[in-house]
Amino acid sequence: MGSRSLGMTPPSLRDTSPADGGGKRFALAEWQLALPLALAFAALFLAPLLLLVGVSFFNDDKITQPGFGSWVKFFGDPFNYKVIGDTLLLGVKTVCATIVVGYPLALVYLDLGARLQKVLLFIIIMPLLLSVVVRTFAWIVVLGREGMVNQVLIGLGLISEPLRLLQTELGLVISLTQIEMPLMLLPLISVMSRLDPNLRDASAALGASRWRTLFTVIVPLSMPGLVAGCLLVFASSTTAFISQTVIGGVRLIYLPLLIWQQSLVVYNWPLAAVASLSLVVSVLSVIAALSYLGRRSSGHLHG
Amino acid sequence: MQASAPVQTQQAPAGRTLDVDDLTVRYGSAVAVDGVSLSIEPGEVVALLGPSGCGKTTLLRVIAGFVRQVAGRVLVDGGAIDHLPANQRNVGIVFQNYALFPHMNVTENVAYGLRARGQRGPAVEARVSRMLDMVQLGGFRDRLPRQLSGGQQQRVALARALAVEPSILLLDEPFAALDRNLRLDMQIEVKRLQRQLGLTTILVTHDQDEAMSVADRIAVMNKGTVEQFDTPVAIYDRPQTLFVNGFIGTTNLLPGKVIARDGDGATVALDAGAALHLPAPAGIAAGTTVLLSVRPEQLVLSTEATAESWPIVPGLSLPLGSQIIHEARTTDGVALKIVEPRLRAPAGDARRFCALAPDARPSLFPRSTQ
Repeated sequence: MGSRSLGMTPPSLRDTSPADGGGKRFALAEWQLALPLALAFAALFLAPLLLLVGVSFFNDDKITQPGFGSWVKFFGDPFNYKVIGDTLLLGVKTVCATIVVGYPLALVYLDLGARLQKVLLFIIIMPLLLSVVVRTFAWIVVLGREGMVNQVLIGLGLISEPLRLLQTELGLVISLTQIEMPLMLLPLISVMSRLDPNLRDASAALGASRWRTLFTVIVPLSMPGLVAGCLLVFASSTTAFISQTVIGGVRLIYLPLLIWQQSLVVYNWPLAAVASLSLVVSVLSVIAALSYLGRRSSGHLHG
Repeated sequence: MQASAPVQTQQAPAGRTLDVDDLTVRYGSAVAVDGVSLSIEPGEVVALLGPSGCGKTTLLRVIAGFVRQVAGRVLVDGGAIDHLPANQRNVGIVFQNYALFPHMNVTENVAYGLRARGQRGPAVEARVSRMLDMVQLGGFRDRLPRQLSGGQQQRVALARALAVEPSILLLDEPFAALDRNLRLDMQIEVKRLQRQLGLTTILVTHDQDEAMSVADRIAVMNKGTVEQFDTPVAIYDRPQTLFVNGFIGTTNLLPGKVIARDGDGATVALDAGAALHLPAPAGIAAGTTVLLSVRPEQLVLSTEATAESWPIVPGLSLPLGSQIIHEARTTDGVALKIVEPRLRAPAGDARRFCALAPDARPSLFPRSTQ
């Protein structure tokens, strides 16, 4: 690494340059630096996944008879299709809600001065500093029969009976929207704040209204951030076991709850393995489709 | 300029007048533009020239409607436009970084303003084609901005701004990102289009050569105010303030004192040791300490002492193309630069006296204004 290039080298690489200067023997290739993480991934992620695939091909819960019995049983039951469908739908609803609430918030962020931006960013990040369990229980307090929402609505005379929000999908989507919001906002804000502010002025000077500027310039150019946010929120909300069970209760069954029941209540590990794999595959295929669409829509920006 | 042969102004809407009337802009407590008034003729190109932070870009952004003033008015053809939002002012603007829409191709970029005005169909296509032919980009219709060179991007930005037939054209440092040769080409091109369309144009720049070559008049700005608003030649030859004098071109400042006044003239005794009889502004009375400003090409070197020359200590001589720049010092320690044609310069440094050239037009400034 020549000293001339130092100014443009990211800090992480710059740290290795003294070793380069001292002697080539100690120089690490970049792929070697990734080895510890790769090994950890192999041991803690890839191996269990293979084990899971292996376990799924047993017929009985004692894991003694190899066969396709668990797969046949899982996919022979129409109830399980409904669970898969509900799970993916929950993800879609949460993604839509985070976009509807989050996108305007990102626009507001863009218009704020530097100091207020810092405050807003802190407010956005703050939920991440709290445990999911704490955030979920907070929503129980808010959404419960005697909770804040019901008391306000009754106090305003809008309703006479408390609304049932806990153990409904509506309540679950509301709380997941708040819980997953940082995952939508952070990529969105990082992409949008890199947009050239002159583009908005140029659009206005050419006679475009604010709405036209929003939909023809800002939205298309923020697609990479929007797609990234959707991916994160979708993956996170479909697998949010704690929020799903604590707020949804046992009446709303999603795949994570089904897996928990099969593995830790019924102790049918092969069936739990099949359910887990169908969760992984169905979520990954939606994500693959989303990111393919995202790449197509933003490919001409950075290609 | 050879490129701008007499052009029929067939499609030219007569240019608009633009008046800026006692305009003040504040950012928080900082005053960015302080009571600026400019009156711009139809079809005129005016350069706002000044160092960064002088308020020139802010003034442009007020005219475009991106920034609101705290006082003063902007009038086009005599009518105030201050109440209009940016998207209703019909002002064309070209940004320093061009601000092309990166996700739209050349055609879509140029058509953007027409579509925003609700125009559709073949009329839009015809207009876009005409604009692209005008900026000689007919073959690049389907390219994305990032597939174009800087000069081509600028032509697209220009075509996009002109497509909507703006009443005023604003150029915000439009040539700064181009390399030297391309810059000259584009300056000629912009001037040609501007003449052809008869568009009243404001150019913001910190490059004095650019202002000199493109503008009909230059407003030299400093600290939010206009120091001088005049033709390029007048600004160069008759700077009204020390700031303008120092900002435009290179100059030598010689301290001295007025020892006598007569009519339009004054006799000035230079601290360097010479008495010169010069034209002087009325405000400078006998006894005033002054600075004499002389351009390097208005000084000559000689071997003999006279009453109107002063001794110098020669320094380096740098050949610069067809010219030589001599460095020198007066006996009281003021550094001088003297420029002369290379072919006329004798070798050696036997010439130890300096005087004003016969056609020199030095300026006198009272010392207190420094």
